[in-house]
Amino acid sequence: MRVGHSTAAYRWLIVLLSVVLLLSCLIALAFGPASVPLAKVAGIVGQQLGIDMPGEWSQSQAHIVWLIRAPRVLLGALVGAGLALVGSALQAVTRNPLADPHLLGVSSGAALGAVLVMLYLGEFIGVFSLPLAAFMGAAASMLLVIGVARRNGRMETDRLLLAGVAVSFVLMAVVNLLLYTGDQHAAASVVFWMLGGLGAARWHVIWLPALCVVLGLVTLQMLGRGLNALMSGEQTALSLGFNGRRLRLQVFTCTSLLTGVLVSLSGAIGFVGLMVPHMARALVGAENRRLMPVSALLGAIFLVWVDVAARTLIAPQDLPIGIATAALGGLFFIALLKR
Amino acid sequence: MTQLHIEALAWAPQERGRAPRPLLQGVDLHVGPGEFVGLIGPNGSGKTSLLRCAYRANPPDQGRVSLGADDIWLRSARWCAQRIAVVLQEFPDEFGLSVAEVVAMGRAPHKGLFDGDSAEDARHVVQALAQVGLAEQRERAFASLSGGEKQRVLLARALVQAPQLLMLDEPTNHLDPRYQLELLQHLRSLGLSILASFHDLNLAAAFCDRLYVIDGGRLVASGTPQAVLTPGLLRQVFGVEALVDRHPLHTYPRITWITRP
Ligand SMILES: Nc1ncnc2c1ncn2[C@@H]1O[C@H](COP(=O)(O)OP(=O)(O)OP(=O)(O)O)[C@@H](O)[C@H]1O
Ligand SMILES: [Mg+2]
Repeated sequence: MRVGHSTAAYRWLIVLLSVVLLLSCLIALAFGPASVPLAKVAGIVGQQLGIDMPGEWSQSQAHIVWLIRAPRVLLGALVGAGLALVGSALQAVTRNPLADPHLLGVSSGAALGAVLVMLYLGEFIGVFSLPLAAFMGAAASMLLVIGVARRNGRMETDRLLLAGVAVSFVLMAVVNLLLYTGDQHAAASVVFWMLGGLGAARWHVIWLPALCVVLGLVTLQMLGRGLNALMSGEQTALSLGFNGRRLRLQVFTCTSLLTGVLVSLSGAIGFVGLMVPHMARALVGAENRRLMPVSALLGAIFLVWVDVAARTLIAPQDLPIGIATAALGGLFFIALLKR
Repeated sequence: MTQLHIEALAWAPQERGRAPRPLLQGVDLHVGPGEFVGLIGPNGSGKTSLLRCAYRANPPDQGRVSLGADDIWLRSARWCAQRIAVVLQEFPDEFGLSVAEVVAMGRAPHKGLFDGDSAEDARHVVQALAQVGLAEQRERAFASLSGGEKQRVLLARALVQAPQLLMLDEPTNHLDPRYQLELLQHLRSLGLSILASFHDLNLAAAFCDRLYVIDGGRLVASGTPQAVLTPGLLRQVFGVEALVDRHPLHTYPRITWITRP
């Protein structure tokens, strides 16, 4: 199925996906080690939003659903949306269908930041230490990649991809060296973070990824026409009045910052940014201004459900969500290849 | 009053580790309002490079490229794109854009950051696709079209750009005879200023008001097709023997290649 050019059909698709996302979030709240029936979940959420709902629930159920699960589900949706959005934009701007958010070395930089803090500084500013350090590492590695890729003041896409891979390898080597030689207890917590997880979600940090995803979506939508042109080659972009170099730099900066924020909160969650844009393209085609919102919604729905799987598969333990996305993503690609 | 003026242009590609070897040198060329100007020359003579200088892709090392009274290098890429449309030799598409989406790109230079696609934009797209005979194909994947159909789609995109000057790099190389003639006739009827490179000299002779001949990065001849297309020049530039006479139905020259038996 492919939604044609009729904007009405497209609008319905957006509405449909939004409804599915909302329902998914609500249903996801019912899953977890402690079972809370869906009716009670609805009641608890309704109460928090100021709507009176019938039914009874205990204080601890309300606590679990609203204070622990709700921010986690929300963070999952935001991370999924953000990574899928970044993947779509990067694939267009690099003209490479295999580009993904971790391509620019952001994740390895974040890992390095996290390792340095956990091993040497400790939680110097409380729970925010690790996310902050991870974000600084991500930003630094992004600058490094762009610096390596530049030549004569120009920055070509192929060089950028190669620079991203090269910088990633070097940074990961440092990370692994530090983990290998460092304190094993701290190392274990870093490894756990690197595998990806949404356990760090709390209401008081949710605003940050929410703001970043919204700003990212708005910015990339604004650059959408340029992305379309750049997707069709440097000369085409130029002949349509876009400065390819400046546009690429804008997109790389925007996507790296967004990825940095997400990775710092959730660890390196792979495959979402690579895979979801392809599913979205199958639905609405490659035009980026139509693609990106659909991609973001699909990514959100996808990660909410993967997190449900991560929470229930080996309950009462959490499966790191990165393991779940990698397994699902790999299988998805194999299925795609075998079709 | 649109006029493309190229004066004393020189350009060399930027390559690392090598002294720049000028590819284009001392090029003087102009295209008057409504004029259809052809650029001919052997492979590798610099046609594509020259066009790139003229649509603000290759910054010239010397000389000046101006449109009307404005030096295009003192203006933005967007300013140029609002006035100059280009039909390129190639157009990569790895992601499966539809025909209508490719054509709609041509509206980009006229849209602000926050503008959506208006009904007028859609009308432009439909109209341009009808002009190139592809109205029925608008929902198809661009990548699935034949080479000639792709070329016509790219022309439609250029038309949607509503340019004053149109540049085409070998616009007919994928087209069958019918569309070669239709496309060029259509281009003529637009009344735009046009600069196009050609390999088919008979087509160039039939449709161009004036021709420039480029060889080894320098212009070696220019003028009306009658003045330029002589057996001597064809031998000198292309290294082939040809018979040149008047077209039996028209005033322009006709070239017949002499092949060895
Ligand atoms: N960026 C570049 N770097 C190095 N060499 C270049 C560059 N651009 C063009 N050239 C060289 O300049 C010469 C002229 O190229 P150009 O593409 O302008 O030729 P052309 O006249 O369009 O040829 P054709 O008829 O084959 O299309 C070629 O030898 C080409 O290899
Ligand atoms: Mg060429």
